[in-house]
Amino acid sequence: MELTVKIKRFNPDVDKKPHWETYHIDADPMDRFIDVLNDIKWTQDGTLTFRRSCIHGVCGSDAMRLNGRNQLACKVLVQDLGAKITVEPMLGFPVIKDLVVDMDPFFHKYEKIKPYLINDEQVPTTERLQSPEERDRYEESTKCILCGACTGSCPVIWANPEWVGPASIVNAHRFIFDSRDQGAAERLSILSDRLGVWRCRTVFNCTEACPRGIPVTETIEEVKRALIYGDTKTE
Amino acid sequence: MAYHKFDVVIVGAGGAGLMAACQLAGNTSVAVISKLYPTRSHTGAAQGGVAAALGNVEEDHWQWHMFDTVKGGDYLVDQDAAEVLAREAVDAVYDLEHWGLPFNRLPDGRIDQRRFGGHTRNFGEGPVRRTCYAADRTGHMILQTMYQQSIKNQVRFFNEYLALDLLMNEGAVNGVVAMCLRDGEIHTFHAKVVLFATGGYGRAWRITSNALACMGDGMAIAFRRGIPLEDMEMYQFHPTGLYKIGVLLSEAARGEGGILRNSEGERFMERYTPTLKDLAPRDMVSRAIIQEIKEGRGVMPTKDAVYIDLTHLGKEVIDSKLPDITDFARTYLDIEPINAPVPIQPTAHYAMGGIPTDIEGRVISDEHKTVVPGFYAAGEVACVSVHGANRLGTNSLVDLIVFGRRAGKHIARTLHEMDYVPLSKEPEGFAREMVERIRSRDKGEAQIHIRNELRDEMMENVGVVRSEASLLHAQKKLVELKERFQQVHIQDKGKTFNTELMEVIELGFLLDCSAATIEGALARQESRGAHYREDYPKRDDANFLKHTLAYLERDEIELRYKPVTLGMFEPKERKY
Repeated sequence: MELTVKIKRFNPDVDKKPHWETYHIDADPMDRFIDVLNDIKWTQDGTLTFRRSCIHGVCGSDAMRLNGRNQLACKVLVQDLGAKITVEPMLGFPVIKDLVVDMDPFFHKYEKIKPYLINDEQVPTTERLQSPEERDRYEESTKCILCGACTGSCPVIWANPEWVGPASIVNAHRFIFDSRDQGAAERLSILSDRLGVWRCRTVFNCTEACPRGIPVTETIEEVKRALIYGDTKTE
Repeated sequence: MAYHKFDVVIVGAGGAGLMAACQLAGNTSVAVISKLYPTRSHTGAAQGGVAAALGNVEEDHWQWHMFDTVKGGDYLVDQDAAEVLAREAVDAVYDLEHWGLPFNRLPDGRIDQRRFGGHTRNFGEGPVRRTCYAADRTGHMILQTMYQQSIKNQVRFFNEYLALDLLMNEGAVNGVVAMCLRDGEIHTFHAKVVLFATGGYGRAWRITSNALACMGDGMAIAFRRGIPLEDMEMYQFHPTGLYKIGVLLSEAARGEGGILRNSEGERFMERYTPTLKDLAPRDMVSRAIIQEIKEGRGVMPTKDAVYIDLTHLGKEVIDSKLPDITDFARTYLDIEPINAPVPIQPTAHYAMGGIPTDIEGRVISDEHKTVVPGFYAAGEVACVSVHGANRLGTNSLVDLIVFGRRAGKHIARTLHEMDYVPLSKEPEGFAREMVERIRSRDKGEAQIHIRNELRDEMMENVGVVRSEASLLHAQKKLVELKERFQQVHIQDKGKTFNTELMEVIELGFLLDCSAATIEGALARQESRGAHYREDYPKRDDANFLKHTLAYLERDEIELRYKPVTLGMFEPKERKY
């Protein structure tokens, strides 16, 4: 099918502000949208710039705003986007060039919530035990690929880029609810400050944007409940 | 020019690079350079699991794992390395668990284990449950866990830096040159020790499971500096790539009971490998699929695929143990695997070959195991060689964690003996010239034609089945493509995040890796593991029980050979 792809472009070497550019290209309805972007880059305009790597939805490089919704360009098919497609970099992130945004602030916020297992006990010679039920408790939040689609879709972040954001909370949840972890109190105290979970307005944009199907809003709510009721290791 | 000085510089932030970094951080000044953000590394795409003889579900021993690795590799495996792999896998898996990796569990809380191709009990009697896993995203969990540990250990990252050159002086490696993608600046990293953990080069084939980033960077950079590449002809095609796009459908699908079927609905693997059937090693299954297609029993309008049938497993098993891969079938093919079989094709997947190392991860430069001072390699970029002529499923993740760990520990132990070898004058000159040559060319061919023709040529003529005629054809084509590459033209002349420039530099790497693959394959006049020659269909131990070493000498490739380290297991005919 014949596509009209309108892309928001910005190259700091030559542009003062962003502008739109339109490309016409033929694509198979079953093509991934990342295939279309590659085709444009390889056959029409080598200057078009975007990140990509695994191109099947597991590395998290190519989150962008497609027809107004944050998605991974490799996880959406042309047939689901239609013949007219608008492409923008994610909102809420500084733009480096075209669709490439600065992810450093995002990763700094991730680091702040201590995203690693905290447990100072002597380790056993074999594995620590964890029941399948205990594992299920945090299974969903382990799926996060740190693509930023949730954070970039959040109106709270648009208003205040300093906010910790949904992705960091999901990754805090991943440890707070892990029966082997002992760092819940430290993380909860970070998340209870003025840039923590309470700024979430339960808009559900993050849940809709997550390409991994993580119930992000619910995850944030569980962290809020843990702050109120203090119980993290049981249902 | 920016200059940095670190005791250890690691290139690549996948499983092996991060595992090594975590052994060093805290006590040593260590930097990790990655052309991606670390969590984008291709380790994250690994699905099925990581083998270790924990014996949690049924009896198992590391010797059985070692035997399977040696036999799976068609006896081209160095047995000292296979012993290390199988023994240390157990501790490495416990390390991962202690760092928080969310393995699937048994009801009693221990790590669950499942079946995988070529892993057997009691030296080949039947399948064994050896593979530890986290649903079908084990690689994702390893990458996340290692990145989490890197943050905890405050590893210094240089993200989105493309490595361009390996620095050497007085016969020793003493640094790396890389380009910062964000501003295009060239950086020189002066180091006592450099470790390459840059991964593979699956993008050389049209159908591949590999990320766009898998362009053979580290292999080619070392190759251009006179370091040999070992056994490059040994390239694995995974039997079950998603039809047309090559995205991997994990072997776990067969480990959990999935069945391959041809156009007649027949479970054809029963004819090829009666004992292990669908769970035979990958080289055998890929060849069987190609044979079925050749004999007219392919499926889909193109008749160049077969089915994997999961419909009898039931929704619960599919949803709990294979959620990601079945999601791929839904997303990309619009097929519901609970109700319908999924069309698959062999897909270029893994390099058994690479930069030769010893069991400590030290790079060696010749058939006498001479160590290159200051240079280490680990993971897919390296060839230890634990995979020989064919890697077993899950052994790639084992390789990353075992040999990434060993290399890191060995560097930590011996670093006090190392000095900063002085840099030569203008250390970044070679890299800068390579970049400027591409950037300054004002007319020429677009890279895409070369890229596509290379991938088609490799798929047709250097794929699952090869012959002298096909390889000579590919050899000739490579000469043409390399010539045309000298005239590649890019439209983007800018400094900021120039991915067009990056892609062209990477394409140059890919061409060098492909050339080494073709030369090794042409000279190896036998069939062994993943290297199948229809003109020499038998394994020939008398002449080819040896490792290929390819050297780049003034644009020509020269081959030498190195003996295989034998040991506990005598080479035997490989039957399953």
